[in-house]
Amino acid sequence: MDGNEAAARVAHRVSDVCAIYPITPASPMGEHADAWSAEGRVNLWGEVPRVIAMQSEAGAAGALHGALQKGALATTFTASQGLLLMLPNMFKIAGELTPTVIHVAARTIATHALSIFGDHSDVMAARGTGWAMLCASSVQEAHDFALVSHAATLRTRVPFIHFFDGFRTSHELSKISALGDDDLRALVRAGDVLEHRARGLTPEHPVLRGSAQNPDVFFQAREAANPFYDAVPGEVGDVFDELAHRTGRQYRLVDYFGAPDAEHVIVIMGSGAGAVTEAVESANASGRKVGVAVIRLYRPFPSEALLDALPFTARRIAVLDRSKEPGAPADPLHLDVSLAITEGWHGQLPLVTGGRYGLASKEFTAAHALSILDDLAKPEPRRRFTVGIVDDVTWLSLPVDGASAPPLSAQQSVFFGLGSDGTVGANKASITIIGDRTDLWVQGYFVYDSKKSGSVTVSHLRFGPDPIRSTYLITGADFVACHQFALLRQMPVLDIARHGATVLLNSPHPIGEVWDNLPVEVQSQVIDKALDVWTIDASSIAREAGLGGRINTVMQACFFALAGVIPRDEAMSLIKESVSSTYARRGDAVVARNHAAIDRALEGLERLPVPLHARGSMPRGSMPRGSMPIGSMPRGSMHRMATIPSEAPDFVRDVTARMIAAQGDLLPVSALPVDGTFPTGTARWEKRGLAERIPVWDADLCIDCGKCAIVCPHAAIRMKAFPESALADAPAGFKTKAYGGKDLPAGSRLTVQVAPDDCTGCGICVDVCPARSKSDSSHKSIDMLPAADHSAAERPRFEYFLGLPEVDRSTVRLDTVKGSQLLQPLFEFSGACAGCGETPYLKLLTQQFGDRMIVANATGCSSIFGGNLPTTPWSVDGEGRGPAWSNSLFEDNAEFGLGLRIGADVQRAAARRLTSALAQRIGEPLAQSLLDDEPGPADEAGMVRQRGRIAELRERLSGDTDPDAITLMSLADALAPVSLWIVGGDGWAYDIGFGGLDHVLSSGHDVNVLVLDTEVYSNTGGQASKSTPRGAIAKFASIGKSGRKKDLGLLAQGYGDVYVAQIAVGANEMQTVRALREAAEYRGPSLVIAYSTCIAHGIEMSTSMGHQRQAVDSGYWPLYRFHPSPDPGAHPFALDSHRPSIPLHEFQSQETRFAALARLDPARAERLEALAQADIDERWHYYEQLAGVERSTITDSSPS
Amino acid sequence: MTDLTTTYLGLALRSPLVASPSPLTGNLNDLVLLDEAGIGAVVLPSLFEEDVESEAMTFHDRFEDSSGLHPEALDYFPDVVLSHLGIDRHLRLLQEAVSILSIPVIASVNGRSAGGWVDYATRLADAGAGAIELNMYDVAAAPHRSASDVEQGYLTLVEAVRAAVGVPLSVKLSPYFSSFANFAGRVVDAGADGLVLFNRFYQPDLDLRTLDVTPTLDLSHTGEVRLPLRWIALLRPQLPQTSLALTSGVHLGTEIAKGLLAGADAVMSTAELLRRGPSRAGELIAELDSWMDAEGYASVEQLKGSVAQHTARDPGAFERAQYQQVLAAWTR
Repeated sequence: MDGNEAAARVAHRVSDVCAIYPITPASPMGEHADAWSAEGRVNLWGEVPRVIAMQSEAGAAGALHGALQKGALATTFTASQGLLLMLPNMFKIAGELTPTVIHVAARTIATHALSIFGDHSDVMAARGTGWAMLCASSVQEAHDFALVSHAATLRTRVPFIHFFDGFRTSHELSKISALGDDDLRALVRAGDVLEHRARGLTPEHPVLRGSAQNPDVFFQAREAANPFYDAVPGEVGDVFDELAHRTGRQYRLVDYFGAPDAEHVIVIMGSGAGAVTEAVESANASGRKVGVAVIRLYRPFPSEALLDALPFTARRIAVLDRSKEPGAPADPLHLDVSLAITEGWHGQLPLVTGGRYGLASKEFTAAHALSILDDLAKPEPRRRFTVGIVDDVTWLSLPVDGASAPPLSAQQSVFFGLGSDGTVGANKASITIIGDRTDLWVQGYFVYDSKKSGSVTVSHLRFGPDPIRSTYLITGADFVACHQFALLRQMPVLDIARHGATVLLNSPHPIGEVWDNLPVEVQSQVIDKALDVWTIDASSIAREAGLGGRINTVMQACFFALAGVIPRDEAMSLIKESVSSTYARRGDAVVARNHAAIDRALEGLERLPVPLHARGSMPRGSMPRGSMPIGSMPRGSMHRMATIPSEAPDFVRDVTARMIAAQGDLLPVSALPVDGTFPTGTARWEKRGLAERIPVWDADLCIDCGKCAIVCPHAAIRMKAFPESALADAPAGFKTKAYGGKDLPAGSRLTVQVAPDDCTGCGICVDVCPARSKSDSSHKSIDMLPAADHSAAERPRFEYFLGLPEVDRSTVRLDTVKGSQLLQPLFEFSGACAGCGETPYLKLLTQQFGDRMIVANATGCSSIFGGNLPTTPWSVDGEGRGPAWSNSLFEDNAEFGLGLRIGADVQRAAARRLTSALAQRIGEPLAQSLLDDEPGPADEAGMVRQRGRIAELRERLSGDTDPDAITLMSLADALAPVSLWIVGGDGWAYDIGFGGLDHVLSSGHDVNVLVLDTEVYSNTGGQASKSTPRGAIAKFASIGKSGRKKDLGLLAQGYGDVYVAQIAVGANEMQTVRALREAAEYRGPSLVIAYSTCIAHGIEMSTSMGHQRQAVDSGYWPLYRFHPSPDPGAHPFALDSHRPSIPLHEFQSQETRFAALARLDPARAERLEALAQADIDERWHYYEQLAGVERSTITDSSPS
Repeated sequence: MTDLTTTYLGLALRSPLVASPSPLTGNLNDLVLLDEAGIGAVVLPSLFEEDVESEAMTFHDRFEDSSGLHPEALDYFPDVVLSHLGIDRHLRLLQEAVSILSIPVIASVNGRSAGGWVDYATRLADAGAGAIELNMYDVAAAPHRSASDVEQGYLTLVEAVRAAVGVPLSVKLSPYFSSFANFAGRVVDAGADGLVLFNRFYQPDLDLRTLDVTPTLDLSHTGEVRLPLRWIALLRPQLPQTSLALTSGVHLGTEIAKGLLAGADAVMSTAELLRRGPSRAGELIAELDSWMDAEGYASVEQLKGSVAQHTARDPGAFERAQYQQVLAAWTR
């Protein structure tokens, strides 16, 4: 199991209440608790723990606090920003000496950037709350320390943070010894539970807790709790001993490993201890005297235990912090250790140095630890250092000798695959099989890239006879599998292979053609490293077995066959057993087809012969392992793909390209921006070539409707109109047709062009294309055709297309689908899921307002596909203008956006005042027109005029040394309107950010809010939000959500002066365009709620627009616009969709989120569907009445 | 008092009207209403192996498509146990129907693979089905398969299922065989205890808006009873020991009577019950009862086969001569 499950397995059994909220990487703990309670699993006392999902971590902490005050045993799980949101309650809970545990998968706190990965910055921010803190360094410890925390908190009344490293421990699969109920019962003493319960609030014995205190007593009362803290180390030590008595696993407050007479010691906390321990053992084996002290209990800081643990011989001590506290004299653990030593060391004080490592899951290896020990051995060790990076700015980093890594006894295997091909799942199953069925120790760790479509996964598996402490990625693999042949051209797959390693390739090519289809660089590595290469056409086997592209079990069978860790026949049986137990819940067919694939897997497994000569023929038969024919050398002309085109900007070539090539770790400090500011328009340089099939246009059939372009989630199919004269140097085969509208000059041409290397192949464009051949109905104006046959031809055409002139924005009908799609998108090629339902709206927004747009983006899917390095889809036009984008937090996005609005308003007001004041210097007519002819944000012609005037203003003020003129020069751009868009998902708008959103909507300010409503927390993996509809299954609602969806639009309409629209581009593109333009034009707050199909709905994404149509046709998602008007007798509410024409069932039965409930609990599904249908009927009736209601906006025309 | 009892597939039925597979027989509440209305037996909706597999694989694909894509979202759905998938749902319905209905419950199966037919039939029999109806449904579109290949394929399946299950076995056939009388006899020789005539297929239609092909099944109408009526009458003397059931186009009590007269042991209705609800079964039986009463028939057993080919006043009327008579009637 992984660290999250290990902790949750204890927490759920010793709790009455679990208050939960999703956040990476802690979400699985809450998900496990919810699922176990849903299936009726009971706690130690025979009760099913009550799991309550809250609207935020602040809410979870409040619920936790309340449950505790009633005397219940309560817990929660969180990380990073979530822990920060809990801080206020944590002070209270500790101040009231309330026993509880928060389990934290420690994660980076967002600073210059968000990071989902692991370090200790979150728990360090909580160290002033008065909570005890216990740190687990491994999956086993996460299991054990969960129990120790729950037992110790009840004994001491001091609340505990139990933390372990996010991802490295929370997501590492490991073989552990599980604690039984008796173990838990022995340590969580009944008497302590009773005492806690007795302190709970009850009117039978009323007390007041949470008073307000005056200066006379607060201080003393604060000190009154001191004895409880003093007792914590001793009590934790006792619980450790009791655990050891029952399990044999002895922990201490501070554990020491290494030479008893060590001179040099590293002090560390968390998973990095594994790497340091390996380094210490290696160093001592070579004659050095070193050691490592591992801090278990961090708060209250166990000074005495630390001093006891450190050998008195220690002369130099390096303290490692996995967090950074800028401006502090030292990082937190370093300070704590230094003080403990200063105050308690007997004899001459050792030198204490401090180093930072592993921020945001930066790799920390045994080689890094050795470099620290090496530094301690130098005459003048560094007092402050970093390790794991190259700091060429402040020169703090230690040099690391990668070759010094100690040898390991474990077999190391690395697997490259795609997220969608099941590679990770197969490897998790393999690790489980080896762990369960052999005496070997195992470890599995899985790395994903930051894209949601076509994401590459790298699985790192270790197994061996000794416990595995290597808490870092594999760098030298004995076995390398590449589950997708195309990856060999895209990334340096075989760099990781050791000399003589076994390599397994999933190849679509016959064995005789494999070699010539390998890039030259790969051929060289096979020869140079004497690799033993095997191939299998797993894709064909899987396809023939009815498994589509899921090759996981076939590749798993081949891995076991080659790894030899378990006898082959037995391994095949075990894989089948594993398949049966994993997939039985999904039906016999799934099991049977996988079994069939496993049976056939080894038939096609063949050893790859390596050719003798560069251009010689293939030798007959295969060469024996490890002995390459003399004279072998690579041949052929196929090379690994270049990461970035040479014409890319410097930053993209120097920095972005390294990140794309998975070499970001090698970038020095100086390469990175100091404040998290990056250029936009970079996704266009990252050519990923994901699609197996791409849309190819037949100009003769096209009807210019623009549907393909408006629905494309990736801006990979585009439309452009231009004069025929622009086509002078068109490449061969560049297709055009006569432009069909009268808004452009006669003779204009139109092209629909695919971006072949940016398309994900989702197929939505073809699904919506209405133009069919009259003689062959299977042929549309765009058809999905093999990329291998068409990409090469389309590539130069797309490049040429980009260079064609953009249409004159002031001449086309911007409020039409076709017109809007002639505009340049400034959101392109995102890494969102193929077929994402959110991105078409963002792309459309940028087509309309991109060059005048500022975006405040809530954390979530849109901030990840929008702002996760290495590249961003937010882009710029030919003038260099484009959306300015920023992400603050998850919970504060509306407020953040309002701040941006106010900032812009302040600048505009100042600019207008100065323009007026400097009218004579500027020129009265120009100043007057700047002030009086200021356009709205959707007024194209007005924008052109105003920008021209601003340019003229700058020209006239250029060189003017008047202070006001200088100020106006800096503010002049504010005279053109800014379209401010606050963007986020339903988790933000309906739940965690609702309070702020409500406030911002009530403010009357001119902000536009776009809610990309997927009806679930998409980014964190599908947890239910208040937008989740009745009857849908989701995490946190695994038996189907019982309550109805919140009507956010109706709530906003309550204010009367908020523009509100509900849209679905797949159902009505025209209404979508119109609503977004109206929202932008409306001089006040606007809220647009956009139905966004999502992979979390469990649908075939190529048909997602059809799902949107059904959602509208069934009345599930009515389309409307509420357009406030001051006119007496106005009817602001316009119902844009027709009366429901299909039953809800017809829509819901096509989506897994609903359909699964019918297979899980048919009676409940039927009941909830009936209620949901009633919801729809009732709401439609209500909306119909709203459409007839007269309402006018009351505005205060006096100056505010 | 008219005796409406009959024996079909060795099962004693209190009336000759049987509800054939439809959404009505897939709903427990409706099954109870059919029972209360006096129906003789019910045939549950066909268990289609292809559907079962497709349903399971679709869910599997949807779950797996969204798995392992991103470190923040390793999957998107709770790890639920789909215990009501295809066959489980079907077996549960069968078991519940058997336990609460007072009448025989017949299970219908349509396999995709040879193993599937046998496996599903066995599981349905083990779950308590009073009999198994093999819903032979195949559009022989492959040009390389000859008529005899198709027929032999059917016969092999019947033999395989016969060997695997002990409960009575009926085979529901389409009329599209070159020599139906010959083939029907071979099906019985292969192990069928009864034949159900005839299967009705979904037929492709075209959506003129989308130009998509849309499979459509129109509910039957009254005239359709004539085709099975002919073949029941023709087969009755040929297969005296074999249970015969008429299905297609039964909308009136008098049409039940016609089926029985022609030689059916049971008469099945789908469309009429779907259109007018389970209680219509009671009305149909009452209509049969009154017709028999009016005509002086004492029992269904007396009625059965009394106007079959061998007992009709004009045996040739069930064969080609009838065509000539119809033509003659038109030209008169």
